[in-house]
Amino acid sequence: MYNVKCDVAIIGGGPAGLAAAIAAKEEGAEKVLILERDNALGGILQQCIHPGFGLTRFKEELTGPEYYGRFVDKAKEVGVDYMLDTMVLEVNHETNEVICTSSRYGLTQVQAKSIVLAMGCREKTRASIMVPGTRPAGLYTAGSAQRLVNRQNIMVGKKVVILGSGDIGMIMARRMTLEGAKVVMVVELMDYLAGLTRNRVQCLDDFGIPLKLAHTITRIEGNERVTGVWVAPVDEKKQPIAEKAELVECDTVLFSVGLMPENELTRKAGIAINPITNGPAVNQYMQTSAPSVFACGNVVHVNDLVDNVSEESSRAGKYAARYAMGKLAGEQKTVTCVTGRNVRYLCPQTVDANEEGGKVSLYFRVLQPELGVKLIARCGDEVIASTKEFRVNPGEMCHVNVATEKLTGDTVTVEVIKED
Amino acid sequence: MLKTDVVVIGAGAVGCAVARELSKYEVDVIVVDKNEDVGGDASKSNSAIIHTGYDAAPGTLESQLVVAANPMYDELVKDLEVPFARIGAILPAITDEQFEKLPAIKEKAFKNHVYDVEYKTREELLAMEPNLNPEVKGGLWIPRESIIDPFILVQAYAENAYANGVRFLLSTKVTGITTEGGKVKTVQTTGEEIETKYIINCAGLYCDDIAEMVGKAEYKVVARKGQFFILDKNTSCQVDHIVLPIPTKITKGKLMCPTIHGNMLVGPTAEDQDSKLDKSTTAEGLASITADVRNLIPNVNVRDTITQYSGLRPNRNPEGLNFDIWDDLEGYVNLSGVRSTGLTLSLAMGTYVVQQLLARGAGWKLKENFISKRKGIVKFSECTREEQDALVKENPLYGNVICRCETVTEAEILDAIHRPLGARSVDAVKRRVRAGMGRCQGGFCGPKVIEILARELGCEPTDINKNNAGSYMVTGSTR
Amino acid sequence: MKKEIICTVCPRGCHIQVEGEGDKILSVEGQGCKRGLEYASAEFAHPVRILTTLVKLDGQNDLLPVRSNKPVPKEKLFDCMEVIRAATVKAPVNRYDVVVANICGTGVDIVATKAIEG
Repeated sequence: MYNVKCDVAIIGGGPAGLAAAIAAKEEGAEKVLILERDNALGGILQQCIHPGFGLTRFKEELTGPEYYGRFVDKAKEVGVDYMLDTMVLEVNHETNEVICTSSRYGLTQVQAKSIVLAMGCREKTRASIMVPGTRPAGLYTAGSAQRLVNRQNIMVGKKVVILGSGDIGMIMARRMTLEGAKVVMVVELMDYLAGLTRNRVQCLDDFGIPLKLAHTITRIEGNERVTGVWVAPVDEKKQPIAEKAELVECDTVLFSVGLMPENELTRKAGIAINPITNGPAVNQYMQTSAPSVFACGNVVHVNDLVDNVSEESSRAGKYAARYAMGKLAGEQKTVTCVTGRNVRYLCPQTVDANEEGGKVSLYFRVLQPELGVKLIARCGDEVIASTKEFRVNPGEMCHVNVATEKLTGDTVTVEVIKED
Repeated sequence: MLKTDVVVIGAGAVGCAVARELSKYEVDVIVVDKNEDVGGDASKSNSAIIHTGYDAAPGTLESQLVVAANPMYDELVKDLEVPFARIGAILPAITDEQFEKLPAIKEKAFKNHVYDVEYKTREELLAMEPNLNPEVKGGLWIPRESIIDPFILVQAYAENAYANGVRFLLSTKVTGITTEGGKVKTVQTTGEEIETKYIINCAGLYCDDIAEMVGKAEYKVVARKGQFFILDKNTSCQVDHIVLPIPTKITKGKLMCPTIHGNMLVGPTAEDQDSKLDKSTTAEGLASITADVRNLIPNVNVRDTITQYSGLRPNRNPEGLNFDIWDDLEGYVNLSGVRSTGLTLSLAMGTYVVQQLLARGAGWKLKENFISKRKGIVKFSECTREEQDALVKENPLYGNVICRCETVTEAEILDAIHRPLGARSVDAVKRRVRAGMGRCQGGFCGPKVIEILARELGCEPTDINKNNAGSYMVTGSTR
Repeated sequence: MKKEIICTVCPRGCHIQVEGEGDKILSVEGQGCKRGLEYASAEFAHPVRILTTLVKLDGQNDLLPVRSNKPVPKEKLFDCMEVIRAATVKAPVNRYDVVVANICGTGVDIVATKAIEG
């Protein structure tokens, strides 16, 4: 077996892994090694050729390739090492070994001092949301279709129905339209848009693509290739009203019905997973239940902006480097983050209150859209942070910032309250 | 015009098992199937269980063949390298009424010559299956009920038959049969016509249509839909054995069991329908599975499903497994009523059909050089680290993981494509190496598999089908 | 003419009512801030969009991601696509190399968003 030694091993060379690697290097880690299964760095951004990235981080609107291009340039400049076409098979947090395989080196054992998990996420499928009907060709997740169209020079269909109004779904509606396909409609189960309003305007409205809110696909038709889908409105309980179903002809269905952190390696390694995010539970250092293993980006929780991914990944890289150098060895005082009213999950799930002068952003998603609210963090009855928001909705991540010195007791509760 | 001794119609489990058995003899065989791949229809969408026959109707041909087939698998799966495990089944009685039925079930098993069925107490069952409904009163243990990879079983029969000289005409539909002087003469197909001495109708769901061609349709096939869930390997509530419900008068009921690859399988429904084509799943059908299986395994989590499918069992009206030959139609064999036990009994059916024909003077001699073994596709994911390292060094394409969920390498996909009766479609690749069988259902590997197939077959991505003609995956190039 | 414009400047997504003729704006109502006013006025008179798509690499099956270096008039998106569809580019390419200059006379260039080695 081929052997490699490094200080920080980073699994995944997408936006999360790249940001973590650069930060680790800048923090002083000597050898930082990215293990990437694709044939190039950049991850999913390689197929995200549309604009909309970088507004927070670079204060300008970049396309996916421009955004990751800047990180790749920087990674090369600071001397990050990487292995491409390399699939990680196993992570051992006790020995800090990573076993991976590649055509070039065969089975490879990477001996690290700390490990950063940055594997990203995967798409939910037609099957995972249990859409009944036949199983013909022509059913794709929006991301698979995006890869085929944008990276493999392959068009997936001519007459398209899209289920789910997430950003990828809407962006694919525009892509397919610009490339000559007819997008018949976008169908959304909820009575509100899952993605950004901007995408609705620029990807659907611009091209006259109908958006069917509070509708769903109740059945897929076609034995060889899809011939159509039945689309029905849903009642308040999200149950389809069968008698109102209509057959919509199409040869392709794209599913943009949500993303799931990809944590097979994490689970196999025995690292604690948060049941709501489906990602590893972390503290503000992005440290998992295994002290030498850090995690960042969509493997932890699904983000809506890559800028956020870069920010939290920089943090993961920084602390992974510190850990590797023996500088994150102090006693931790763990405060558990608790979800309060209208909060679905929190990330990080715990905070080390011993961090001196620490300012921690507690990221969260709401359960329900709400107008005119206050986001608060409290320890017991004492409110330690509070911000006003005009509107919150499940599709857009919220956060409150807390100072570690204000954390008293064992828990900090975050909640959304109606502004009075 | 092709010439042969025997035409087998249908490349499902029974057709391929019959062909393989015939290939032990000095006889020329052609298998014809309308599908693009071997594997049939019902044979590839069932519960993947090798039954013991404990619950068959005693004295029937079905009972005889299922009971005979079960022990034959130990040797077969070694010879042909088919994934198989004797995990055993439990039949828990949840209600008192069910508990009272147990002696009769055990007695029926005895009448079927299945002598190893045992009573288990409530405690024993709960120790065996901690996720079982705690209200269980007791039950039966059927140790030889087993699980198998149904796709590989049929591929293995077919590949082994092919290695022994059997020809396969795939994507070829039988359109007619000609007879002359009370004997079969030719089989007409969408491809070439075949002159033959024997025709063995193993067409399953379509066996009545074939029988019709020779005027022997004395029955109708009734398609009985069975819908299933496959659950993620990570699902929290799992079972280690096949957990069967106590059958009612109306239905055998819905079961839960592990698959040979570590997923959980839940189902099936049993819905008779007129269409032989409608293999759709329905919201009602899937909901009924959940409701019923919860009686056995209350915490089963169908939300962890990675796919749902349905299969059509070729039931028969009037019911029952039938082997038919007619004095006024020499050379024609009709198999019908091959239903849920079909996968299991395929192995014994192969032997049975050949013995019946030999007994009627077929006069075939055993081959001296029959190749009894078939090499499966090496599974990288199941190798030790040392073996994996050696594989990559020998062939670097073992280092290129294409399917993340199931850890399937490019070398395995190439083997699937280039071996005899190799994969020509995305589904055929999936059924050979499991690329796309995992939780992302081909989301990641699908685009790569299309490219690999096109490259290896020397065609365009637009020529690649999901399975049969017309199931094209993509429509052109972006530029 | 009256038009409802959904503001895309921030996630608030104000529905802004604009009334006007051609370039001339008569009234703007419903915006939550000054940026909304500017956006809605511009969107009413001259809606523009960044165009992103792909250009075929000469002699390869690979595609080069490209963008317009400035927004193009919305009504010209499909005209621009037609020009881009016919274009090819030879590797090597640097990021921001001009692939199609002054596309459809808009004064906007189509540039590479990714570098391709030769």
